[in-house]
Amino acid sequence: MRRGAWEGLPVRGKFAAIGAGVLVASALAFSAVQAEPVDETLSIDGVEMTTRAKAQEGLPFDEVLSGWLFREAETRQLEADSFENPGMLYVERGEEIWNTVEGPAGQSCASCHGDAAESMAGIAAHYPKWDADSQRPINIELRIDKCRVEHMGLEPYKFDSDDQKALTTYIKHQSLGEPVNLDLAEGDMQSWWERGKERYYLRTGQLNFACASCHEANSGLYIRADHLSQGQANGFPTYRLKQADMVSLHNRLRGCIRDTRAETPAAFSDELMALEVYLTWRGTGLSVETPAVRQ
Amino acid sequence: MKFAKTIFAGAIFALQAAAAPAGEAVPPDQVKFEDFAVAESLTGVPGDPQAGAEVFRDRGLGNCLACHANSAMEEELFHGTVGPSLDGVGSRWEPAQLRAIVADAKKVFGEETVMPGFYSLNVGANVAKDRVGQTILTAQQVEDVVAYLATLKE
Ligand code: HEC
Ligand code: HEC
Repeated sequence: MRRGAWEGLPVRGKFAAIGAGVLVASALAFSAVQAEPVDETLSIDGVEMTTRAKAQEGLPFDEVLSGWLFREAETRQLEADSFENPGMLYVERGEEIWNTVEGPAGQSCASCHGDAAESMAGIAAHYPKWDADSQRPINIELRIDKCRVEHMGLEPYKFDSDDQKALTTYIKHQSLGEPVNLDLAEGDMQSWWERGKERYYLRTGQLNFACASCHEANSGLYIRADHLSQGQANGFPTYRLKQADMVSLHNRLRGCIRDTRAETPAAFSDELMALEVYLTWRGTGLSVETPAVRQ
Repeated sequence: MKFAKTIFAGAIFALQAAAAPAGEAVPPDQVKFEDFAVAESLTGVPGDPQAGAEVFRDRGLGNCLACHANSAMEEELFHGTVGPSLDGVGSRWEPAQLRAIVADAKKVFGEETVMPGFYSLNVGANVAKDRVGQTILTAQQVEDVVAYLATLKE
């Protein structure tokens, strides 16, 4: 069974050695160390990322910060170098899927949308978006499923299938560097935002934690080996070194919720879609970093 | 607690009523918190500091190092910083206060604290089905942890 942030994962190899020295030194030398996020800039393939942005009104921070700023130097470096970033393999795989004809309609994504570098540029920075047909917000995964079902005669992807993660990663990567910005005026987005906000501050599980318990009240501190970030959504899907795999946003949210020892809501459920809307809004102004690299 | 005992006769009675005979634990919803302390043992069985150290360390039980540094466990990697260091905590607090903090930190630090209640049913929403109605630690494990914390002197 995969172990999450609460129990802590055994840390392997190279990263174990690095993490251990730094942490024991800091945790034991001072009580309650506030390890500041680093003061560095991130540029990927010559594109400057916005990793600090002015916080939206109502948030208890002056600035919202990318999770990148909280990671160890080696992890940050992996994301900065797209030749070394293991997530780029999923971008390549996503491009193949984009161009592959599949299903009874004899269509590929490219049949309708052409070159993703043009047609998808900047698009994912504005998701989740209101979907009038289903009368709810949809994210990139659900947008892909809509195309598969309505235009290609296919089934929706199984949650977290390799192809779903690869294609989502590829499409989001076309927005690399683009600032996150949602349109809450569309449809009923505002009420989903409200609902997501309630969920963000709801304490769940036997351990009685809200998202805010870790990512707002204690961001910058360590929970065991993990340097708590603000829990921003702008890097997803992210390549996670501990799992040696791409991790979708809903997978991560389910993991954080399970760590409170609560029942885990289904991927793309109303509960998680509302949370995604609110969480994404909290990161307004941060660059899309997909595929980000995390520990 | 000495004051409470001499001044409030009624309170003594309540405390004694709540104190469990050996082998029988006070149920989590009947633990008596007074003046930010729980005076009586939850089990009547003295805590075992060595067993308490194991509960403290174990990631599936206390997992206390997730949030607290503890120099007495230097051999363990990764001490969290969400809570204060527990070095010398046995000199700062009486056992009765430590019992209250571990059993239900919210009764001591207020509702906003992130420290979980280890012997409390005042939990969050949607508790995992296999944990409903259960406390994180047993009454005896709380006693053991308290006995261990009492050994962490300045
Ligand atoms: C018990 C502590 C805890 C709770 C409660 C918690 N998280 Fe997390 N979360 C973590 C840790 C540890 C990480 C990994 C380190 C980091 O990025 O902060 C993480 C990572 C994340 C990330 C990835 C950030 C990135 O940059 O890749 C997101 C998004 C996230 N959490 C959202 C949430 C949401 C939403 C909730 C509530 C439903 C929540 N978390 C509840 C501990 C927690
Ligand atoms: C998720 C975080 C978390 C966990 C897990 C946790 N604590 Fe705490 N603890 C805190 C915080 C935070 C405080 C400080 C009170 C506050 O600010 O709310 C605290 C305070 C304390 C104090 C008082 C310390 C002082 O010097 O005043 C003791 C004693 C203590 N905790 C013991 C424990 C023990 C024993 C365990 C495990 C069985 C544990 N804690 C697990 C977060 C935690």
